[in-house]
Amino acid sequence: MSDPIAQLIFLIIKAVLVPVIIVMMVAFIIFFERKFAGFFQGRWGPTYLGPWGSFQSFGDIAKLLSKEDLIPVRSDKRVFRLAPYIIFVPAFLVMAVLPFGPVGGEPNLFGYRFDYVIANFDAGLVLFLALGAISVYGVVLAGWSSNSNFSLLGGLRAGAQMISYELAMGFSVVGVMLMAGSMSLVDIVDGQAGNFWDWYFIPQVVGGLIFFVATLAELNRTPFDLAEAEQELVAGYLTEYSGMRWGIFMFAEYVNMVVISGIVSTLYFGGWRAPLEALDFIPGPIWLFIKICAFVFLYMWVRWTIFRYRYNQLMSMGWKVLLPLSIANLVVTAIVVSVT
Amino acid sequence: MSDPVDHVARTAERGAPAPEAGARPTLAELKERKARSRQRVERGGEVMTVSMGPQHPSMHGVYRAELDLDGELIVTVRPEIGNLHRGVEKLAEARTYHQIIPLTDRLDYISGFAMNHGFCEAVEKLMEAEVPPRGRYIRTIASELCRIANHILWLGVHIMDLGTQTFFCICFRDREYVLDLLEMLTGARLTHSFARIGGVAKDLPDGFDHRCRKVIDFLPRRVAEYERIVKHNRIYYKRAKGVGIFTSEDCYAWRVTGPPLRSAGVARDLRKDEPYAAYDEVEFDVAVEYNADVYDRFLVRMKEIRESCKIIRQCLDNLPDGPFLAPDFAHAMPLKKNVLRNPSAMIQDFVHVFRGPQAPKGEVYRAIEVPKGEMGVYIRSEGGAKPARVRFTTPSFYHGQVVPAMVEGEMIADMVAIFASIDVVLGDCDR
Repeated sequence: MSDPIAQLIFLIIKAVLVPVIIVMMVAFIIFFERKFAGFFQGRWGPTYLGPWGSFQSFGDIAKLLSKEDLIPVRSDKRVFRLAPYIIFVPAFLVMAVLPFGPVGGEPNLFGYRFDYVIANFDAGLVLFLALGAISVYGVVLAGWSSNSNFSLLGGLRAGAQMISYELAMGFSVVGVMLMAGSMSLVDIVDGQAGNFWDWYFIPQVVGGLIFFVATLAELNRTPFDLAEAEQELVAGYLTEYSGMRWGIFMFAEYVNMVVISGIVSTLYFGGWRAPLEALDFIPGPIWLFIKICAFVFLYMWVRWTIFRYRYNQLMSMGWKVLLPLSIANLVVTAIVVSVT
Repeated sequence: MSDPVDHVARTAERGAPAPEAGARPTLAELKERKARSRQRVERGGEVMTVSMGPQHPSMHGVYRAELDLDGELIVTVRPEIGNLHRGVEKLAEARTYHQIIPLTDRLDYISGFAMNHGFCEAVEKLMEAEVPPRGRYIRTIASELCRIANHILWLGVHIMDLGTQTFFCICFRDREYVLDLLEMLTGARLTHSFARIGGVAKDLPDGFDHRCRKVIDFLPRRVAEYERIVKHNRIYYKRAKGVGIFTSEDCYAWRVTGPPLRSAGVARDLRKDEPYAAYDEVEFDVAVEYNADVYDRFLVRMKEIRESCKIIRQCLDNLPDGPFLAPDFAHAMPLKKNVLRNPSAMIQDFVHVFRGPQAPKGEVYRAIEVPKGEMGVYIRSEGGAKPARVRFTTPSFYHGQVVPAMVEGEMIADMVAIFASIDVVLGDCDR
């Protein structure tokens, strides 16, 4: 078997396996979100289905699938059906550029080289930002096509919010790009080789914090869940959705959460690398998994602890605090990188 | 309500701790701040009408407000009440005074006993009935427990409206301790129907004193924890400070009472101003804050929980012996345990059940301080066992109508915060 054919087979295996693993992760993350929410609130969370209630998500999916597919009469039906997928597909696409183990080098599997990334894409970071921008359309279109006032408000809020936070996010990421000298996530992880004090979260602490806050806004989670602010807009852009369409939105949100946790750990926390070189015998995917779980937990923790910002406060924070800070971070990084 | 100026003057001598210099804004400053926070922009653009409620997740009960929105700004609000109208006042005309008591705790079902209490005070004024000291003390304890339960619930709901569900659960757990006490005392968690004309239905149960002391020792610590979580929370501060300013002048114009009024710097509290029950025999401060916004309403309520704990402790310490229900043939029901043993008690029971207590001709108005504000009861009697007309002036009704004046010019998110901050219960509002 020649190398290109082997690579093709590996690619197909990876392209099937990674989404499947992430989907399974999401099913359990939804369960853990509810379980942790329960623990934070002094109650049990789901307990009935499966051991410790752990099959709750599958029960939910069965329920959502069996529900009536309701589409409001006056909605723009085609867009209404399309919107969930505009969010759903980009969420999965980002996984393609996320390295979960060493890439390149010696043949490591049956005499062939197995790259632990689906697509070693030179501009992986840009792809991530671009796909993030596309998912905004899903939210805005969902809000618009529902033909409901609450949905419209939610969609507009989401649009404004995501666009303003993407700026800060983009600028904070540029710092990492400068340090790694590359836009490829594979190279960025390689730039963090060594122990945990070589990771970018130490030199890029400001950028990392800004990036984390911006991802909270990107994920529409508290304190930035204005797009679906339950107490203000009923459910925001999701108000008119029900059944599996609603389920797809929720699902995409959690897939996004996993993927963005992966991106955060790749950019600032060494990706699949072990915190100490002595721990390198544990394979990369496991380290990445642990880091993703840690960040997912952090997202849950934030969600169940913090209040929601008001719309104008959110905007002023995005434009007046995060954006100038991220630009300053970029300037300082650029100077330091060019001097050293 | 009596003269506003009088209350402002008395605020200082009420023992309210002096705020730090500059912390107490003048009325003019408050008005200016209010004008600044209301960013009414006359853009002449299209307004979008949104119907908030009665099924909206953050509308308490079945309140409905039609909002005209200019973007995120609220241009006009048209509140709609009456979805929970049960005709309590009309029902009351067909019942004897004893039978009206269970109707009253369905008004503000969050603090049921306080409603019973207010009605009984009014009937006692009409009939000139005496309440024995022990009865007055037990009433005070139950009323204050209701106040604590109400404020804790309010806090949870208010914070949930600002986006944190976890805090709601914390508050519900703590409210449970108080509800357990009330259940122990009255046998019910929400609709107590515990007050009687001339006293209360039962004596304090065994072990109540001990458990109650444990809870009121514990609650101030919890309040301190709430304050640690909420008071210094940056987002809460930003969301609540300077939002929904409603000055003392506005409060007088709209008959706003209770915590919203006290947060505007007016030490008006009927427990002090027109003492009833045992309030003139206990020491407590009236909680006052000066900025008249959502944040200060939170502070006032937290102070009130602390003061309530203080009141309950004093009542338990000084609880007098003696009957808890007036042994008065004309007005009070006899104790059930005596009815089958004592012929005169049996006759008394028979008379009160089948004929009802006889009230003289006349009309009375009696107001008490329930957790949400001033609750007044007007009774017009033409003699006999049934009132000719009963009218409840409940705080939620007045606070509910104030919403347009409070939120027009603010943002939708503020509407939610402000509506929660004035603490409206629709059962109380619609009656």
